Amino acid sequence: MLYTMMQQIIQVEGLRKEFGSLTAVNNLSFSVAQGDVYGFLGQNGAGKSTTIRMLLTLIAPTSGKIELFGMPLSSRRKEILRNVGAVIEKPDVYKYLSAYENLKLFARLSGVRVQHGQLMDQLEMVGLAQRAHDKVGTFSQGMKQRLGIGIALVHNPQLIVLDEPTNGLDPQGIADIRNLILRLSREMHKTVLVSSHLLSEIEQIATKVLIIDKGKKIVEGTASTLFDPAKTVVEVQALDNEEAFRLLQESTWAGALQQNRKGVLLQLDRQLIPQLHKDLVAMNIALVSLQPRHSLEDYFLRVTTGNQHVDAWQDENIVSGDTQIN
Amino acid sequence: MFTLFQTELYKIFRRPRTYIAFAAITALITIVQLGLKMDGKEYAAFVMADLNNTFQIDGKIINGYFVCYVVLQLLLVHVPLLIALIAADMISGEANMGTLRLLLTKPVGRTEFILAKFLAATVYTLLLLVWVAVLALFVSMWLFGTDDMFLLKNSYAVQIERVDIFWRYAGAFGFAALAMTTVAALGFFLSQFAENSIGPIVATMSVIIVCTILSTMSIPLFNKIKPYLFTTHMVAWKEFFDVKVNDSNETIRGTIQNPDKLIRSSLVLFFHIVAFVGASVYVFKKKDVLS
Amino acid sequence: MKMMKQLYKIICFFLVTGVTVQAKAQDMTALVNKVKAKMEMVNDYVAEGKMKTDVAFIKAPVGKVKVFYKKPDHFKLKRDNGISILPKGGVSVNMSSLIAINSFVALSAGEAIVDGVTTKVVKLLPTNDNSDIVLTTLYIDEPHLLVRKAITTTKENGTYEIQMSYGHYTSYGLPDKVVFSFNTKDYKMPKGVTLEFDDPEKLSPAQQLKNKKGKVEILYSSYVINKGIPDSMFR
Repeated sequence: MLYTMMQQIIQVEGLRKEFGSLTAVNNLSFSVAQGDVYGFLGQNGAGKSTTIRMLLTLIAPTSGKIELFGMPLSSRRKEILRNVGAVIEKPDVYKYLSAYENLKLFARLSGVRVQHGQLMDQLEMVGLAQRAHDKVGTFSQGMKQRLGIGIALVHNPQLIVLDEPTNGLDPQGIADIRNLILRLSREMHKTVLVSSHLLSEIEQIATKVLIIDKGKKIVEGTASTLFDPAKTVVEVQALDNEEAFRLLQESTWAGALQQNRKGVLLQLDRQLIPQLHKDLVAMNIALVSLQPRHSLEDYFLRVTTGNQHVDAWQDENIVSGDTQIN
Repeated sequence: MFTLFQTELYKIFRRPRTYIAFAAITALITIVQLGLKMDGKEYAAFVMADLNNTFQIDGKIINGYFVCYVVLQLLLVHVPLLIALIAADMISGEANMGTLRLLLTKPVGRTEFILAKFLAATVYTLLLLVWVAVLALFVSMWLFGTDDMFLLKNSYAVQIERVDIFWRYAGAFGFAALAMTTVAALGFFLSQFAENSIGPIVATMSVIIVCTILSTMSIPLFNKIKPYLFTTHMVAWKEFFDVKVNDSNETIRGTIQNPDKLIRSSLVLFFHIVAFVGASVYVFKKKDVLS
Repeated sequence: MKMMKQLYKIICFFLVTGVTVQAKAQDMTALVNKVKAKMEMVNDYVAEGKMKTDVAFIKAPVGKVKVFYKKPDHFKLKRDNGISILPKGGVSVNMSSLIAINSFVALSAGEAIVDGVTTKVVKLLPTNDNSDIVLTTLYIDEPHLLVRKAITTTKENGTYEIQMSYGHYTSYGLPDKVVFSFNTKDYKMPKGVTLEFDDPEKLSPAQQLKNKKGKVEILYSSYVINKGIPDSMFR
């Protein structure tokens, strides 16, 4: 299958998943284009894993639409999954089998007959060729993670989904995975969806980023704009937020627009705030407040390093930039 | 589907746990055979005590066929536990290891997946029974020779001619296969509801033990529910070892006293298998994989 | 006076009857001895035949058997490669061993018809207290010197009846068919010993009708007589 550069690999619309009374994913929409390294950010329990599992048919959505490679996931599951490789959370494989045997087994299940040489090449690529015939039970976490990625890649898929691939790894392991993802994207032109609760990881590799919290999208955009330190996030509160959002969408501000639960978010240069204010008034929007927030990075630093249950967009007492990434 | 089935078998037979059952069976059967080889006469005298008051029974009572029957009587109560060890682990074990989620992101249908797994569990069950047959029947035939079979039922004794026995064992093992597959299906079904294998294994064993006790206790209250318990039907293989007699009370070669009982039990077990597997497919298709 | 007369009558009666009994007993001993003499012509034999066990609570197939006999009382029944079920004291399936008692008192008990043949009924009482046999009633076909039927009461094994039909081997006093009937005790296996956990099976009506009489029937097809058999056969 060939996809043009702009082809959407993943398209999600209005995705929702309820577990009993808990809504894990709430009206989530996003799309991943071919060649993207799409960073999926959120704190633990934000709904990243649930979303990824829905993309991989492990969990059935309560409602919403998922298309991969332009095909509906629900009806063309097999065809789609043939082109997807995934590592979900811990890279668990059969401990009583060797790395080579695991790789071969999953290659077969992916529907490809892989020759011995190819399997060894794959292991070479993830740096496990020396241990190919050792039982996985004897492997370190980092080795298992690399084997997991090897398994995700063995059938040469278009899309690679990595759910928290650096969990439990030492700094060297984290660096290895990062380099591997960059290679996948730059040299092998794969589309990669990678989730993490650590901004620092995503920042260095992602071309596009989606941040979710409590199952809802907070912000989506290209890494270059989202992580631009010159930009500020402005929260607009109006009497009718939906109307305000609609009007802004039709205006020249549409490019800076982000949707939020309680108000309307715009990401823009600080100098543009007065202009925004004027335009809002001009559009007859019944403005309640207009507040500049700290940057996205500040926000994310907070949720990834500090206490988890902070809703940054509502919290006035934002801790400033001296917090550190663990 | 075939690939999936092959991989499942591959996994089963690469696991050390699988061989525990084979080893356990080997040990159990060897112990019984050894015991009967050393003290078979005493055992026969003990079992026949009542009959020996009136009758003098000559011939090789303790022969290969008889030994196999004794072994099956003792063993077929325990084999379900060994089957539970594998069958109840089929899905929960994968969930526990974390491989279930990886497997299900592969381009395989869930129905196919579950059927392939069940088939693999069935193959394991059948191989276990083949192993029982090899040890209990063929090794016993070799160790003890063959002769007529003299069996004591509750209220009467049956003598089956030597030439009339082998097919009965073929039938009995066939029936046992059905019974054990029922156990596998039960374990398999329960296997879906947990993310560790201990729970479903213990649950399967408990169900079997409780039902077996209910099946064997002759209490009027229990007698009413007996026909509905699959464990009651699991012992029907013994029906193969009862013959019809003609008007002058001679046994008729090649007959079974209660063939309809055998057929009814087979059907009951078969429907249990269909129900358990059907329910497994139904539940699994809807299941959210969270492990 | 009247009493004296009565007593006399009674004494007379006893005297007379007593004498008669004694006289007849003498006769019968002779007859039994004649039968015995005829039987003693057979030193040994190997016979082949079919055996059928008909006991209500035993389902057994008809099996080929081989019977070995050697004077005076060696007897062995072997099923061809099988298991044989015989009532205790099954040795007595053989007539010869019955008559093998050396010291006995034989009393006449009239005549009876067995299988359409008129026979003398002889009560045989062993004089040896240690004998297992308490009483044997023989139905002897006098002209042919054949025992047609025998009812034996033993101390250990109850009462059993043997009925014989003769054909080809009449001259040796060997039967073609022997039917051995006996009483069976109640039979009930304790559970657990048999490990049969199924429902207590009900006996079929046909089986119930047969009550507690058991039968073993042997149909002899051929005898090989007086060809010698080593004693080791009977061990």
